[in-house]
Amino acid sequence: MRFLTDRKRATGMGSAHKGTEHFWNMKLSSVALLLLIPFFLLTVIPMLGEPYADVTAHFARPFPALVAALTLVVGFVHFKDGCQVLIEDYVHGTAQKVTIILMTCLCYAAAATGVFAIARLAL
Amino acid sequence: MADVNRGNRPLSPHLTIYRPQLTSITSILTRITGNALIVASLLMVWWLLAAATSEAAFAVADGVVTSLLGDLVMTLSLWGLWYHTLAGVRHLIWDNGVGLEIETAEKLGWAVVIGSVVLSVLTLIIII
Repeated sequence: MRFLTDRKRATGMGSAHKGTEHFWNMKLSSVALLLLIPFFLLTVIPMLGEPYADVTAHFARPFPALVAALTLVVGFVHFKDGCQVLIEDYVHGTAQKVTIILMTCLCYAAAATGVFAIARLAL
Repeated sequence: MADVNRGNRPLSPHLTIYRPQLTSITSILTRITGNALIVASLLMVWWLLAAATSEAAFAVADGVVTSLLGDLVMTLSLWGLWYHTLAGVRHLIWDNGVGLEIETAEKLGWAVVIGSVVLSVLTLIIII
């Protein structure tokens, strides 16, 4: 290490220049969720604990199905970006990369599972 | 010789030295509520998948989500969701370079704390 020049040590260690894009994506998804969350709380959450037939009939209607699917997709994308910042603050090195990859995979898997379930209920 | 002392530099004092303030507590709560919402989100995905699978699978998932522990998790998550939403609105305001003065930031902090409780109670009244 001590034989490396300062220039060589610094190369590749800086910002990836993705900060602005990340900030903008979070702002975009947060405004979208601001619109979606009230609808989600009013059309999806009240179905918890309702009879099976009522739940399947409810999500066969376009509006509840679209609200549920959009909130889950945008919500998990927003979570992915936010949780990435959490991981970057507290986990470092290879563990950081591994955690971010696993967390990102979990978010896309959960979003896809939610959309699949809603599509199956709706169609 | 930009970094002869790499890894052995003094750290500036943080958590252990500062008195907790409304601004710092509301800030860390934003992170905690946002990340904790993963539990309720995954429960919702499981609940939807169960509903799309069969009546028996739905009975299991719905039973867990509406059990005493499930109700506790979902009610806390409802508060967390409103808290994180209002704290997010505060960030959207701050992004314009507005409301960053200490008094205004503290007023916004109280608005987030009180507003999240009020909205949670209102939501519970409407949806139950």
